[in-house]
Amino acid sequence: MSALNSHATGNPADASVAVRDLLIAYGSLVVLDKLSLDIPKGEFLVLLGPSGCGKSTLLNSIAGLLDITDGEIWISGKNVTWEEPKDRGIGMVFQSYALYPRMSVYDNMAFGLKIAGLPKSEIEERVGRAAKMLKLEPLLKRKPSELSGGQRQRVAIGRALVRNVDVFLFDEPLSNLDAQLRSELRVEIKKLHQDIGNTMIYVTHDQIEAMTLADRIAVMKGGIIQQLDDPHTIYNRPKNLFVAGFIGSPAMTFLNGKITALNGAPAVDVGGGVVVPLGRYQFEAGSSAPAAGTDVVLGVRPEHIITGSPADGTEDGRRFWTKGQVKMLEPTGADTILWTEVGGQNLTVRVDSDHEVALYAHFDFAFDLDRASLFDKASGDRL
Amino acid sequence: MSALTAQSSPRGPKPKRLTPARVGLYGFVAMSCLFFLAPLYVMIITSLKPMEEVRLGYIFKWPDSPTIQPWIDAWSSACTGLACEGIHSGFYNSIKITIPSVMVSIFAGALFGYCLSFWKMKGSNFLFGLLLLGAFLPYQLFIYPLVRIYAWAGAYGTMFNIITVHTIFGLPVMTLLFRNYFSSVPIELFKAARVDGAGFWRIFLSVMLPLATPVVIVAVILQVTGIWNDFLFGTVFAGQNNWPMTVLLNNIVNTTQGERHYNIDMAATILTAAVPLTVYFVSGRWFVRGIAAGAVKG
Ligand SMILES: Nc1ncnc2c1ncn2[C@@H]1O[C@H](COP(=O)(O)OP(=O)(O)O)[C@@H](O)[C@H]1O
Ligand SMILES: [Mg+2]
Repeated sequence: MSALNSHATGNPADASVAVRDLLIAYGSLVVLDKLSLDIPKGEFLVLLGPSGCGKSTLLNSIAGLLDITDGEIWISGKNVTWEEPKDRGIGMVFQSYALYPRMSVYDNMAFGLKIAGLPKSEIEERVGRAAKMLKLEPLLKRKPSELSGGQRQRVAIGRALVRNVDVFLFDEPLSNLDAQLRSELRVEIKKLHQDIGNTMIYVTHDQIEAMTLADRIAVMKGGIIQQLDDPHTIYNRPKNLFVAGFIGSPAMTFLNGKITALNGAPAVDVGGGVVVPLGRYQFEAGSSAPAAGTDVVLGVRPEHIITGSPADGTEDGRRFWTKGQVKMLEPTGADTILWTEVGGQNLTVRVDSDHEVALYAHFDFAFDLDRASLFDKASGDRL
Repeated sequence: MSALTAQSSPRGPKPKRLTPARVGLYGFVAMSCLFFLAPLYVMIITSLKPMEEVRLGYIFKWPDSPTIQPWIDAWSSACTGLACEGIHSGFYNSIKITIPSVMVSIFAGALFGYCLSFWKMKGSNFLFGLLLLGAFLPYQLFIYPLVRIYAWAGAYGTMFNIITVHTIFGLPVMTLLFRNYFSSVPIELFKAARVDGAGFWRIFLSVMLPLATPVVIVAVILQVTGIWNDFLFGTVFAGQNNWPMTVLLNNIVNTTQGERHYNIDMAATILTAAVPLTVYFVSGRWFVRGIAAGAVKG
């Protein structure tokens, strides 16, 4: 387990943020188990996972807001494990904004600087710069209660910004906002990162936020980082069934099957006479086709299924054609989700909304074999 | 739609009707008002009557020749035991007792509540449990031991004695009040302040205490009325020179010699009750405003 949770790549002093063997336990409840992680300077890392998986715990440990049971935290080349939050060179933004309710927007941003004993002119300059960046200039005299949710969160970001720190920590900063504001502010945060280039660690349970913002995503479950990769890899080559099922909406279809041989090459028998050849499947480095009879799960994303008919000239080795029946239709505007059945198992297909399909119709479709995923059923790991 | 059906179909606010429940409610309110206001009326008019009119015994009758002499007597010349100097020294004593006791107990209660909510240590829940127990034990239990302790320390019957006793007995409820309020404050606010570099006192004084204004107002009401109205602790611990107004009032009303001056008794009673009453009327407004300000989540 501990080896699994280690994503250290080098010397902790070389990373912008490094976590070494971090253990967080409440009595016998282990929330984070020997977690190691390196985040290079300027990276936008997203911690993604279901509620309660330990994302905030990890973030709070990095911030120094939590007593850790064991391990080390390094920030900007310094071991800060025993440092106070203010001395770690971090700024933090919280889900509930956490603005000081009795202070004006200006004072909210200036509070930390006043405590640090900065001269008034310097404070004014820094707050002014942050306010300009975040379009808060007309609001500086207002109280937090006189602001909208989006404005409040921008003030909270401003409060982190004025500290001139190397590392920004975000704990679900957009979760309290409505969908419209969320996507607006998401773009602003991305732009902010492009402009100032700081290291950012961003916690969310929203996969869209993760996919759009991240340089790398750490998908977490039960205190363990399941996969740490760039969004494209996470999406297309999920390391295990959990990551595959967690990322993507509608979710990846999982077809249970057994390994068989087809014309001398490995294939998956998913039942109902449907046997999918694996000749083109790229197995993970170090693993090859399992023995015949092994229980496996074939994962196919709804948008990686091609509809049409095998006769229309697109036939090549990449595609495997078969038939399914439409059980339910779900138009979403941009496209239509077909809930279908193949070999007695459910299969979700995403088609263009212009594509005309009737309910209960049988239709031809193909798996894109290059983009399918194969998992060992027993361990859940990608093959 | 024709005008006729528009008339008869339900539309707009539902017409209100007088229900039996509403009649009962208004009746109850009226009765309660009468119940509380009638004695007050009697007190006020009696305090404005000369003794000749009081002796007639028409307690609801408006005074024929109203006078404020009973009020002057009550303030400066009514007999409280052997001395006949009125109730005014008690008024000043009560102020001297109440102001420091209220300030210290509220400050300490807020501080403890803040500690128990944000700086939890091992055993802080146990401590809180102990405090709760303290709030519910009848305090008569502690009187004798406390008398002995203060006497042993040479501080019995002093201003210091009565002020510390009020502070100590106010603490459990004050702590409970502030702890409950602070535990509803999002912990993220505390974390944000720590990231900003604020320490124990800075977070308390600059962030949490300003946030707790509504609770402070409630606490002031509770403590001012409680301490001002206290009789028992005042009699036991304050010492004769520091007796609060309530003790002097009792002495005026319970004088056994001579004729009973009901008009002076009434005036002295109203004077004694004036302070808590004022606190209610003045702070009640603030109280509502404070609650409303707090309700808009910052
Ligand atoms: N003070 C605590 N005592 C005991 N368990 C805790 C405490 N704080 C967090 N946990 C547990 O740690 C786990 C991770 O919590 P958290 O990091 O907040 O999850 P999330 O990924 O939703 O941010 C949860 O299962 C939670 O119950
Ligand atoms: Mg969380």
